Amino acid sequence: MKITFSRKQLAIPYSLVLIIFVILPLLVIGFYALTDATGRFTLANFLNFFTDTNTLGTLFYSFALAFVTTVVCLFIAYPTAYFLASSKWKFKNVVLMIFVMPMWINFTLRITAMKEILNAIEGNLAFYPFLNSVIGLSYDFLPFMILPIYTTLTKLDRSLLEAAKDLGAKDLTAFLKITLPLSIPGIVSGVSMVFLPAMTNYVVLDMLYNSTYIMGSLIGSYFSAYDWHNGSMIALVLLLIICVFTILTNGDAEDANARGGALL
Amino acid sequence: MSSVSKKIVRTAFVIIALLFVYAPILILAVYSFTDATTIGQSGSFSLQNYVTLFTTPELAEMIFGSVMLALVSAVIATLLGTFGAIGSFYSKKGAGNFISTVNQIPVVNADVVTGFSTCILLVIVFGINKDSYVPLIAGHVILSAPFVYLSVMPKLKQLDPSIYEAAMDLGASPAVALSRVVIPQILSGIISGFGLAVTLSLDDYFVATYTKPATFDTISTYVVNATKGSQTEIKTALWALSTIIFVLVFLIVFCMNYMSKKKDDPAGEKARV
Repeated sequence: MKITFSRKQLAIPYSLVLIIFVILPLLVIGFYALTDATGRFTLANFLNFFTDTNTLGTLFYSFALAFVTTVVCLFIAYPTAYFLASSKWKFKNVVLMIFVMPMWINFTLRITAMKEILNAIEGNLAFYPFLNSVIGLSYDFLPFMILPIYTTLTKLDRSLLEAAKDLGAKDLTAFLKITLPLSIPGIVSGVSMVFLPAMTNYVVLDMLYNSTYIMGSLIGSYFSAYDWHNGSMIALVLLLIICVFTILTNGDAEDANARGGALL
Repeated sequence: MSSVSKKIVRTAFVIIALLFVYAPILILAVYSFTDATTIGQSGSFSLQNYVTLFTTPELAEMIFGSVMLALVSAVIATLLGTFGAIGSFYSKKGAGNFISTVNQIPVVNADVVTGFSTCILLVIVFGINKDSYVPLIAGHVILSAPFVYLSVMPKLKQLDPSIYEAAMDLGASPAVALSRVVIPQILSGIISGFGLAVTLSLDDYFVATYTKPATFDTISTYVVNATKGSQTEIKTALWALSTIIFVLVFLIVFCMNYMSKKKDDPAGEKARV
């Protein structure tokens, strides 16, 4: 038999990998989440999650932390991206690169640096756990917010702004009616790059001595207790939140490259 | 507001934001060259942290292990992601869409879920021993291959399909046409995908913590444990490590940027062809 080579066949190994290492684990998680230790179908894990005040509190705390972090990032990132994009600096691309570069440095080392600084300022990290976590998470995720906003702002059609000015619009009006609405795709992709990781990155909280649980820490604690079933339920809930978020923000394949690829 | 004061306010804002991003790393870098053990403490110049970093076996092992893991998983991820992208690009629409959609799952998924689910499947269900490094490498491959796929795909879309056909008309076999015509054209996407895979692996904590052998540490898992421990010597040696990584990243990013500038230059482009 003659084996004919075709370009399509090159996708076979990767498809198999995706099926075995992406789809199968999710099915297994779904299975564990909906069964008990004896393997029988049950909704107990699901009910546990939504009736236990601890887990609901964790869900609420994660949302609050992620929300505040996202707002802080947005308030730093938007003006920075806007001022950079609209400036006439010759080296603005270099400045952008300097902002984005920390993405490439291991985050635990960066958080260590932030921790030492906060320790020196506050004396004891235990006084402001929520504030410290917001600072740490914003510090970690800021580049992911700046990059997409900057990219959309530089693609903005400048003639629209000139037209607005010719028609008598003030700077502020032109900004509110043209620049801001047109930069929403960048904001949305920045928000999705910050909000979801902020709900799950429990290591930042750990390193800054905030012992309150967020969604990510719950998985870890069930895992260390060998409770795959409840752990899987948490993972499933997280997946659902991510799904809803992705559909709402219309997750774009190109934006995913913001996770570090834009520099190369 | 006058345009001058506006300019000052804008510049000041950008500078303050830059300080927020860089002050911690830079202050730590300065302190890494002293014998101080906390920030704010006065100390005298010392290279002890760098000596400790390079002479403590567990630190050297951890760095070497992380780099090896990053390279091995990035090579596998680059091969899978690149061929996956080529195959998917030339597949029928349905199959191509399926691969692209599933490819998005690890990208949008939380790393902690990726790590947890990989561990549940490979270690709990399949019973693969973590000490074999298979779960760890598989986890890092699945974390980074989708990003290779995503950085190769746009290059394929830019490709002129007639070049491949021309190569075939001139008698090249599909394999030759692929390796001599298609691959060189998408090489920049492959290289940036590889770079991305290396950094994702080096940055990862969550997948490693669920899948790594108990005695093995990546930079992330080591640093997290070290911040909980009380060994001051190790803590300050990590300041030195963070300074070295900072300088390396700085150099790499600027070299790459310089090279890509040269490549964009049309005269340079012609010279290369």
